Amino acid sequence: MTMASCPGCIAAGPVAEAAAVRDGLPTHELILPTIHCSACIRAVETLLNARTDIAAARVNLSRKRVSISASADADPAPWVTALAGIGFEAHEARGIQKHTKDDGLILRLGIAGFAMMNVMLLSVAVWSGAADSTRDFLHWIAATIALPAALFCAQPFFITAWSALRVGRLNMDVPISLAILLACGLSLYETSVGGEHAYFDAALSLTFFLLGGRVLETRMRRAARSAAADLAALEPNRVTKLDGEARVSCPVDDVKVGDTLWLAAGSRVPVDGVLLAARAQVDRSALSGESDAIDIVKGDILTAGEVMLSGPVTLRTNVDASGSTLRRLIQLASVAEGARSRYTSLASRAAAIYAPLVHALSFAAFLGWTYATGDAYNALKIAIATLIITCPCALGLAVPAVATVATGRLFRAGVLVKSETALERLAEIDTVVFDKTGTLSDSALVPETDLPADACAVLKALAEASNHPLSRSVLPGLADLTAAEMSDINEHRGQGIKGMWGEIPVALGDAGWIGQGGGTVLQIGAQAHALARRERALPEAAETVRTLRNMGLVVHMLTGDSQGNADRMAATLNVDHVHASVSPERKQALIHDLQAEGRKVLMVGDGLNDTLALTQAWASIAPGTALEASQNAADVVLLGQHLAGIPKVLHIARSAQRRIIENFSLSALYNLIFIPLALAGFATPLMAALAMSTSSITVTLNALRTRAVP
Amino acid sequence: MNILVILVPCSLILGLGALFAFVWTLRHDQYDDPAGDAARILLEDDEETRHLS
Repeated sequence: MTMASCPGCIAAGPVAEAAAVRDGLPTHELILPTIHCSACIRAVETLLNARTDIAAARVNLSRKRVSISASADADPAPWVTALAGIGFEAHEARGIQKHTKDDGLILRLGIAGFAMMNVMLLSVAVWSGAADSTRDFLHWIAATIALPAALFCAQPFFITAWSALRVGRLNMDVPISLAILLACGLSLYETSVGGEHAYFDAALSLTFFLLGGRVLETRMRRAARSAAADLAALEPNRVTKLDGEARVSCPVDDVKVGDTLWLAAGSRVPVDGVLLAARAQVDRSALSGESDAIDIVKGDILTAGEVMLSGPVTLRTNVDASGSTLRRLIQLASVAEGARSRYTSLASRAAAIYAPLVHALSFAAFLGWTYATGDAYNALKIAIATLIITCPCALGLAVPAVATVATGRLFRAGVLVKSETALERLAEIDTVVFDKTGTLSDSALVPETDLPADACAVLKALAEASNHPLSRSVLPGLADLTAAEMSDINEHRGQGIKGMWGEIPVALGDAGWIGQGGGTVLQIGAQAHALARRERALPEAAETVRTLRNMGLVVHMLTGDSQGNADRMAATLNVDHVHASVSPERKQALIHDLQAEGRKVLMVGDGLNDTLALTQAWASIAPGTALEASQNAADVVLLGQHLAGIPKVLHIARSAQRRIIENFSLSALYNLIFIPLALAGFATPLMAALAMSTSSITVTLNALRTRAVP
Repeated sequence: MNILVILVPCSLILGLGALFAFVWTLRHDQYDDPAGDAARILLEDDEETRHLS
């Protein structure tokens, strides 16, 4: 290639670099959900490439990942911390994604495009009046290009059509394959007898446009699959194991029965086990929905999914990783496929009507013309022309084009769409059911109301110095204060944070570590102030509920928490209906009842107690902070816990639905115009080419109109 | 119409050239990260990237 003439390509940086990473074969992949621009790429790559334990790192912005070549057993934890230090959320990917598999389809698309354009050039010469031997000559050249190209490029259609026919079913690929094969066969015969009309260009443009739709569809499916893989990575997949006295980091999957695990305060219990520390406080909201902290003592059972509020603690596992409650619930949720498997996508419903109709029409044309004129060859020509013209070119693009645009817009907004039919189902929603704890509200540490102002300033300074979730939760309550001047701040991982406030030693952390009080304590000099855990509504929760109600949706709130807590929250958020103290099975039953009344329910939940309800609902959304099991059960996951993304998702889903229906109507309209012409025997290859290209292009352009704004 | 004997092969050769160029780009993973490639155009070619190339 003569690429050197382009100044930007002389260095050929990206290609060579990609090859370098590939040759060294990436050993690790990190998921970076927040990267979005060239400055992000630069920052991440500079940071990682400067490290001595990384051979090469390269960001893939489309997949929001970075591939890293390092030694195979390198621990990615320090890289994640380093990235967090410059403001990038990072997660280790479980297993590196296999190399893209749609290359074959793209190659076919390229060949079909090349062949289509060349044959079209020859056809233009024929349409503008080439006659006799010149026409035959051009037709023969077209045939030599078109036949091998069409047979190679259309293979994906032949294969699916054949597998459908073998079991006696019809799918969209049957009329497509038939049209391509018949167009090639008829044109070859016409060429050999010196006939006037050859449909080589139609066969190729049909293949080209449909392959385009197929490529989009494959990309979507891959994006949905990798979204599911991304989610698995959000779950902590490394634990700290005590090996004698030494702490070693190991993957969760390697945990065996009887291992001793070390858990920092604020971390989630990875595997079921027995508490070895004397006392501890845990948050069970993910399992039961209760928002209050629970005290446990040595020997009590810790279930995977609970969050340690005090610590650090040690626990002895009583199952291995695969037998953990969390894993069993995940398996349960994947077996209980709900609405997802019952729903037939719009595209397959359209195909179910369309495919038999097209065949019936062509067959009727053949019978009608044979009966009327007695000329079977001419009748066959008309029947084939009908099949070519009605072939669902635009129909094949109608859904994938819209879905690609919609999920692309959502992905950039931090919303992962996991199920292919999720958007179609979300567009039909008329009721939204929220889980309370963890979804609409969270728990924060609040200082006593009589805490002096300077003590609050110390608290703020200490809390700001730590990234720990518990310290972070203090900050919103202290927003209008100025932090005190501190020196010598150092954090003791999993225990607390210490510093000097002028001459006075101060500390914030676990009561056991500080040596007085209970729960979490702020110590100034010799005096200790306890911090209480209270529930509060998430900042954007009230706004989200109001927007949803303005959209005409009915909002329910379900919770495993007590009636009192539920009513308080319901009053702040102004929801329509509240159901308190409900068990997971009851949640599922409530949603089932609502749906039995004919409502289409959207369930939004994050806990393990919501998994059944999420699968039962017509569509489901989980926040990014949800547990793996809930995220697996949900159709859509909001990264970064942006509740405000819910109305946006619904708007885009509705807009996408409108575009899909418009696209179906557009392609139906084209057929309404061209079918009568084809049946009457006026169809020409030029007409087929025009109908196919214009309808495909209008459908694609219409898909681009999918927007979040109503 | 003898001109066709020259023009048709010409157009075919040009088309095949484009097809080979396409296959070359495909082999070199140029469709792996369209968004990233668009963003990288804004990055300066600093010392480090030159080393790798």
